[in-house]
Amino acid sequence: MTQPRPEVLQKLTPVLTKRWLSPDAWQIGVYERLDGYQAVRKALDVHPDDLIQLIKDSGLRGRGGAGFPTGLKWGFIPQGDGKPHYLVINADEGEPGTCKDLPLMTYDPHSLVEGAIIASYAIRANRAFIYIRGEAVHAARRLRNAVKEAYAAGYLGENILGSGFDLELVVHSGAGAYICGEETALLDSLEGFRGQPRLRPPFPAIAGLYASPTVVNNVGTIASVPYIVLGGADWWKSMGTEKSAGPMIYSLSGRVVNPGQYECGLGITLRELIELAGGMQPGHNLKFWTPGGSSTPLLTAEHIDTAMDFEGVAAAGSILGTTAMQIFSDQDCPVYNTWRWLEFYHHESCGKCTPCREGNYWMVRTYRRILAGHGTVADLDTLQDTADNIFGRSFCGLGDGAATPVVSTLKWFRDDYLGYIEGRTAPRLSEKSLVGAH
Amino acid sequence: MTTTEFTPAAAPLAEKLLGSAREILARYPAGRERSALLPLLHLVQTEEGHVSPAGVAFCAEVLGINKAQVGAVATFYTMYKRRPTGEYLVSVCTNTLCNVLGGQEVYDTLTEHLGVGHDETTPDGRITLEHAECLAACDYAPVVTVNYDFTVDQATPESAVALVDSLTAGERPTPARGARICSLKEMQYQLAGFADPREGAVGDGVAGAPTLRGVRLAEQHGIAVAGFDPDTPITKTKPSPREESAEKPGKVAGVVQAATAAVKAVAGKVEERRHAGRTTDTGDVKDPEVRTAEQRNPTMATPDRTGTTEATQPPAETPAERAGVAANAPAGDGKPAGDSTRGESIVSQGTEEQK
Repeated sequence: MTQPRPEVLQKLTPVLTKRWLSPDAWQIGVYERLDGYQAVRKALDVHPDDLIQLIKDSGLRGRGGAGFPTGLKWGFIPQGDGKPHYLVINADEGEPGTCKDLPLMTYDPHSLVEGAIIASYAIRANRAFIYIRGEAVHAARRLRNAVKEAYAAGYLGENILGSGFDLELVVHSGAGAYICGEETALLDSLEGFRGQPRLRPPFPAIAGLYASPTVVNNVGTIASVPYIVLGGADWWKSMGTEKSAGPMIYSLSGRVVNPGQYECGLGITLRELIELAGGMQPGHNLKFWTPGGSSTPLLTAEHIDTAMDFEGVAAAGSILGTTAMQIFSDQDCPVYNTWRWLEFYHHESCGKCTPCREGNYWMVRTYRRILAGHGTVADLDTLQDTADNIFGRSFCGLGDGAATPVVSTLKWFRDDYLGYIEGRTAPRLSEKSLVGAH
Repeated sequence: MTTTEFTPAAAPLAEKLLGSAREILARYPAGRERSALLPLLHLVQTEEGHVSPAGVAFCAEVLGINKAQVGAVATFYTMYKRRPTGEYLVSVCTNTLCNVLGGQEVYDTLTEHLGVGHDETTPDGRITLEHAECLAACDYAPVVTVNYDFTVDQATPESAVALVDSLTAGERPTPARGARICSLKEMQYQLAGFADPREGAVGDGVAGAPTLRGVRLAEQHGIAVAGFDPDTPITKTKPSPREESAEKPGKVAGVVQAATAAVKAVAGKVEERRHAGRTTDTGDVKDPEVRTAEQRNPTMATPDRTGTTEATQPPAETPAERAGVAANAPAGDGKPAGDSTRGESIVSQGTEEQK
């Protein structure tokens, strides 16, 4: 393993991850000693509109995948409309490859609570919910404890720090449905229904939770807010690029020597990240990777110098997503991997719209047949055709996400498919798994 | 005052769980108790280990919705089990990344070793096995969890077998990064939103090397983000609500105070805390189904629904019910007003009983 070069090390920007080094930062006393709850005091001394302007000035963009400007989203909430406003934090981390929010909530839960207070104050919400993935039990345990401590210390509840501002914050555990990471499905789930996406418009900013104006933000977005309030917009913009400002937690997994969380300014490249992670594992050569979870089009070794910011990845034909970078080598099969992702999308499809429900059902079966050595060349056209009929035609992004690895592997790795079809590659699945596939 | 009655199907669970159910309902805005359905289903699993017909009946009767509505939700989510489960739920991630790094092999080995398949329980009732989708710990792949707590990182068939053997023998090994192991039923209590009752459990588990890799690297090389000054001023164009009220003592001024005042004006005295954030009762009375139907066909007076479209409003019996009915105009979909006044009355009865 080689040491990363100094100029690459300089790209590290420990901001959101910094408190993780203090093993007891999940306790309120320790958090307060590490600048904790300073931002909320500062924020409550300014007008909510000025806070929204600050977030706009910082260029903060959503960390959940789509990268929507956060200040703009907050500004969409109509003020003086007589309706209750809600802040809902999307902590339903489940995108394959994504593992940045769970450690944040486990090792620094108060930063999310503090961000929630500031964001609620800015959008004039007196109620906020953290919808946390059901399986994230330890993170939820720490988060609930943090909320309890925050109530006891007067950071939550009525008349917070004498400001006249009230906030109730509830941590709500989901129950194992990937689709609930989609913001409107999350809202339906939070209202006690099956988690199925809603038709938009109306957007949540107008009719979200309980048909009231609602901001839905990712954990990373909200946890960034206290730092911007403290350090200011200009400091925040000193990291990242002009259009993609700030630090981002890059989650590296797969065939690198040291998988893990690397917080760097937006715009770093995969080549530099692999260097930080100690290089590729011995005997492995980079073949394909996801820039931000399995729902973002796969990129290949030739994209290793793509700038990992919203614009750079888009220019390469993919999406920055959650910066969950799953790195695969020449010893991994893109066809097999795509099949396994499709089994996931098939299982998680909520069933509301036909393209996603039926398309995934049939694509999974086509993949099984190819991987069992019974595929035909026509199967590839069927896959392409099915994927094209899902992409852009399904109700929400889950369908698009499912079509994505299919389309991108067919584009980059058609020969790997032909290997199974022409008998050059040994089948990966047994006949048993083909029951019902004909 | 009448006490809340339950049908014989739901009564045994109600006897044990009604107090906890009330606490759950009280977390949500008045009239919005249906939001409590997911935590209530977790709560039911603390007693039964799965969602039984009695559990469905209990949730339905607490919320004043029908059993089909509860069943529709319970069957949608993976974590609501439809058959009895074991003392421990062992989940192996077999999504792509864990899969290619050995997760599939781990799962196949456990299947063979325990003699059970996906979502099946060993005859001794100790272990329910499942293959899971991405558990959000890809930097530790492949991972195995026990009752959703990260127990074995970088799992191998050997380490996974050692884990289940130890569980089968009645031991509770220390998880890699989660809290100390409890039973699946005890875990459901936490999923229902209650604090972990075990002293010190919340502090269990330390961050693993992969989690800290980037930040440690920065620490080792003395790298920090320059120019951070926590006193950087925020540009002010308007006085803050706090400053405004300080200038005009005695007067409630500023947006935040105005909103707070509106909240308090509407909220009943008994349940002031529950009403925070609910500035008005209008505007959020429709359930998503109705909204969707209206969006599809805005000119349609009554959304298409099977069954009767005539409003059959039950007589309001308690003060809370009457208040709920008054506050919730019928949605025009043949449903009783508000849909969940039952939940509201259950909460208010709990409040009255405490007095």
